[in-house]
Amino acid sequence: MFAKIKKNKGLWLVLTPHLLWIGLLFVLPHIKLFWLSFVDKRSGALTLANYAKFFQSELYRHVFVHTALFAILVTLITLAISFPTAFIVTKVLGKKMKAVVLLAIVLPYWISELIQVFAWMVLLRETGVISYMLQALGITSHNIEFLYKDATIVVGLVYTSILFMIIPIINSLDSLDDSLIEASYDLGGDFWSTMREIIIPHAAPGIVVGSVMVFMLNLGNYVTVTLLGGKNSLWFTENIYNQFIVRFNQNQGAAFGVILLTFSVLLVWVVLKVTGQDMTEAM
Amino acid sequence: MFTAKNKWKSPSYWFYYSYVILIVLFTAGPLLITFILAFNNNEAASFPWQGFTLDWFYSKTPDRMGLFNDPRMISALGVSIKVAVAVTILSILLGVNNAFLFVREKFIGKEFFYMLMLGPLVVPGVVLGTSILSFTHAIANSLDMTFGSGAGTFFRPGFWLVVLGQVSFVATTTTLVITARLRKFDQSLEEAAMDLGSSRAQAILSITLRFLMPAIIGAAIVAFLFSFENFNTTYFLSGTADSTTIPIILYSRLRFGLSPEINAVSVVLMISTGILGLLSTFFQKGDDLSA
Repeated sequence: MFAKIKKNKGLWLVLTPHLLWIGLLFVLPHIKLFWLSFVDKRSGALTLANYAKFFQSELYRHVFVHTALFAILVTLITLAISFPTAFIVTKVLGKKMKAVVLLAIVLPYWISELIQVFAWMVLLRETGVISYMLQALGITSHNIEFLYKDATIVVGLVYTSILFMIIPIINSLDSLDDSLIEASYDLGGDFWSTMREIIIPHAAPGIVVGSVMVFMLNLGNYVTVTLLGGKNSLWFTENIYNQFIVRFNQNQGAAFGVILLTFSVLLVWVVLKVTGQDMTEAM
Repeated sequence: MFTAKNKWKSPSYWFYYSYVILIVLFTAGPLLITFILAFNNNEAASFPWQGFTLDWFYSKTPDRMGLFNDPRMISALGVSIKVAVAVTILSILLGVNNAFLFVREKFIGKEFFYMLMLGPLVVPGVVLGTSILSFTHAIANSLDMTFGSGAGTFFRPGFWLVVLGQVSFVATTTTLVITARLRKFDQSLEEAAMDLGSSRAQAILSITLRFLMPAIIGAAIVAFLFSFENFNTTYFLSGTADSTTIPIILYSRLRFGLSPEINAVSVVLMISTGILGLLSTFFQKGDDLSA
């Protein structure tokens, strides 16, 4: 088999850069991270202590569960907001309106997440725009701090992830022929039964891909949660940053990283299995 | 198509429209307010409106630092552009290379390599950043040990490490875009050129690459934007001022309070990324039409 490959010079010409890239910048670094997580920081001996620390510490476990539950909650809220949007954009609006609305939804997402978060800080902080407007309207007489609350983090995360849900659902709804919806009505179906029997099943690949992407983005988020949540954010990625940057404990940080990665890959795998979707097909 | 006959559309038209308007307000509203406040003569980066000013762009006084007179912000802008250009060039070269690998070549484990190639997009940026940091840290240390201290500088946090770290996942995106386009290419065109006397390299350069151009330009814009706005991976790999990009400096500023200067930065970024974003959708549309 190898002799066959060796004859093909063209293959090696394109395979080598690919292997250098994926090997040096993805595979080997992850092997290194995996290896580090099983090594003791001081002695360099193999150990499970870095993982034991996670499972023995109530704080770390609590932060992890908190992060996972909030990532799931944000994914569900984003789905609930995005599905009607995608449906209206693809099936209700005319061609021109569709383009205009899509542009208004997509353009804000070309900008840096830092600026998106900054915009929400401008709105929500104690001396911010919303606090000012409430006072101008006479609803309250003093400044109100909206930052550093769980609800703020949820709003921020929904905001930064909404596009990644809308686009995959639009892509799958685009391929649904309107005449199928007409047929459902002609056969006596109403809005909800058509939604349940025709539209949602057809949009399923987009819903699954969007949900998986949004969940992963939120689980790995750092900027939005730390800026909008401050010290109360309790997001697991913060522990990874702290171990690497503040405490210089690569080994502990590596173990946290492996735990985060394992959990997200497992959950996504289970979701794909349960829903019977194939990620590569839908992408 | 859009007549009152369509039962699922007509009865709640007003509901559909107000829903869409609410969504657009939600996505564009906060940025619009940020944009307006960049021109408000008010130190608080908030309302009330106290008159139009360009101070947050041009002022030189110490209490009112305008964006264009803030050396650290200007330096970060320059670094971001340099990093993004380097990342774009490398990612496009890799993307074209990978497209030819996955579309034209047959080899054992191709499916596996294709799945593996998607990995950098799926792994959280934090994990990607830390894994590259610990790997290059080990390389730099062993280079220092063997060849004397300083030999491993290239692999220490800094400009090139930021570039490499970003290429790790940006190249996946460029590969996906360019591969999709190359799959639509009719290879007999290339063969025809070779029958007419051109070499394989000439045929690829003058026919295949030309066909790929819309995808390459579209992917280049996306790569530039991805690089320009990346924080998660960059944060671990940046060192001194030569690798402090805009997102890194914005993050450190935002933790200590808001200033209208950041509104001004937002305006500049909104306009420039908006133009680039529009251009990339334009090129992607062109791709669909000609395919």
